[in-house]
Amino acid sequence: MRRWLLPLGLIALLIGAWQVAASTGAIADALSLEDFLVPSPAEIAEALWESRDLLAENAWVTLREILLGILCALAVGIGFAIAMHRSQLLRDASYPLIVASQAIPIVVIAPILTIWFGFGMGPKIVIIALICFFPITVNALDGLRSVDPETVKMMRSLNASRWQRFWRVEAPTALPSLFTGIKIAVVVAPIAAVFAEWAGADAGLGRLIQSDLANYQVARQFAAVAVLAAMALLLIGLTALAERRVVTWR
Amino acid sequence: MRLEIAGVSHSYGDLRTLDSLSVAGEDHGVLGLVGPSGCGKSTLLELICGLQEPDAGTVSVGDAEDAEGRLARCAFMPQRDLLLPWYSAIDNAALALRNQGMGRREARAAAAGLFERFGLAGFERARPDELSGGMRQRVAFLRTLIAGKPVLALDEPFAALDAITRAEMQEWLAAALRTDPRTVVLVTHDVEEALYLCDRVAVLSTRPGRIVAELTAPHPRAPERDAVVTDPEFVAVREEAMRALRKGSR
Repeated sequence: MRRWLLPLGLIALLIGAWQVAASTGAIADALSLEDFLVPSPAEIAEALWESRDLLAENAWVTLREILLGILCALAVGIGFAIAMHRSQLLRDASYPLIVASQAIPIVVIAPILTIWFGFGMGPKIVIIALICFFPITVNALDGLRSVDPETVKMMRSLNASRWQRFWRVEAPTALPSLFTGIKIAVVVAPIAAVFAEWAGADAGLGRLIQSDLANYQVARQFAAVAVLAAMALLLIGLTALAERRVVTWR
Repeated sequence: MRLEIAGVSHSYGDLRTLDSLSVAGEDHGVLGLVGPSGCGKSTLLELICGLQEPDAGTVSVGDAEDAEGRLARCAFMPQRDLLLPWYSAIDNAALALRNQGMGRREARAAAAGLFERFGLAGFERARPDELSGGMRQRVAFLRTLIAGKPVLALDEPFAALDAITRAEMQEWLAAALRTDPRTVVLVTHDVEEALYLCDRVAVLSTRPGRIVAELTAPHPRAPERDAVVTDPEFVAVREEAMRALRKGSR
């Protein structure tokens, strides 16, 4: 109860303060802006309701990009983490590359990928996967490496093959750490999606935010951001739920 | 199965852990290895189990001198219970059977009988964190026993327990070995424990470890532990062992 009431209370308080400051024109005056550039929460809610179909349509596009991007990052990231755990050579050789992959500014790479692969889903999935790959891989690898060497000795002495050691000891040991990686990935994925869509897209929340920005549709822009934030909350909630179902021993 | 350690030396890098050490264990006998902390007794146990190779000398378990053959003949019980938290008590105990390719149902059925015999009935489904320290240690011992190997290698199995539980567990292990005699190597730093549970006790010096005394226990695994450890003959051998231990520590 407390876990829900406290954040909800804080959000209500912030929205209330914002409502007062925006509707009295206090923020716009302080920033010397026109009133319509600083929408109040009530106006954003109105925009959210009025454009609900448009927002839902675009949110669905972005959500699909995010889910597919995370799935790709999971498949490649877990595969890579296992390979790097198995092979010291591969680990030493590719670790700097993986860190470097995280340093690539998406704003730079996104337009290039759009030129290469066009305006469709493809480049968005690649960009989101690229961003999510790092936290997933690094956390999965850390998890695999946190296996107690004594447990490995015990398992070897109990006739466990390499695969049995992996499935019965290493994989379950790595799971909590992997979920940490997924949680980080799902909250950065919407940001990556927006950048990917800005580089060239015909649909999606990022694309909608971009066109609303050009048309001074500030209230709807905030509404789109709220939808994006709700999406991140939903994804992290689902991840936490999955973690509780899978990692039952913690 | 006879154990023969002849002229064994071992080091970790520059750290010399064992220095041309020789000791032997009889078939179906319990051999104790006692020594100060860090004297290399755990290393010696891992050498016997085939988890490591010596730098010089030979380690033979039955007719096996190679690491793989020793690994196949010895079941290693590490110092901590290392029960896997994602498995129930019975699945932990049956781990070796599962590793040998037995199905889950069959493996559980095979372990269930021993749960009864070792006073763990009713706790088959319990998760490791629901068990007391003594029970966890019993499950860990069952896991070692169920592997069905001729040699049991126990590394300070009761070191983490409080004094009362430890005495109970010593009596329990003595009873288990009376009904199901095995060739056992027991590493401990507790002289009394070694002399109560073992037929013969080898006292090791500080690093690099070598044997400074070999003693024969007067009443190995007698049913009445309290009577044994206060028996004058037992006390005399214990004092002799303590003197050897002190001499070897200098």
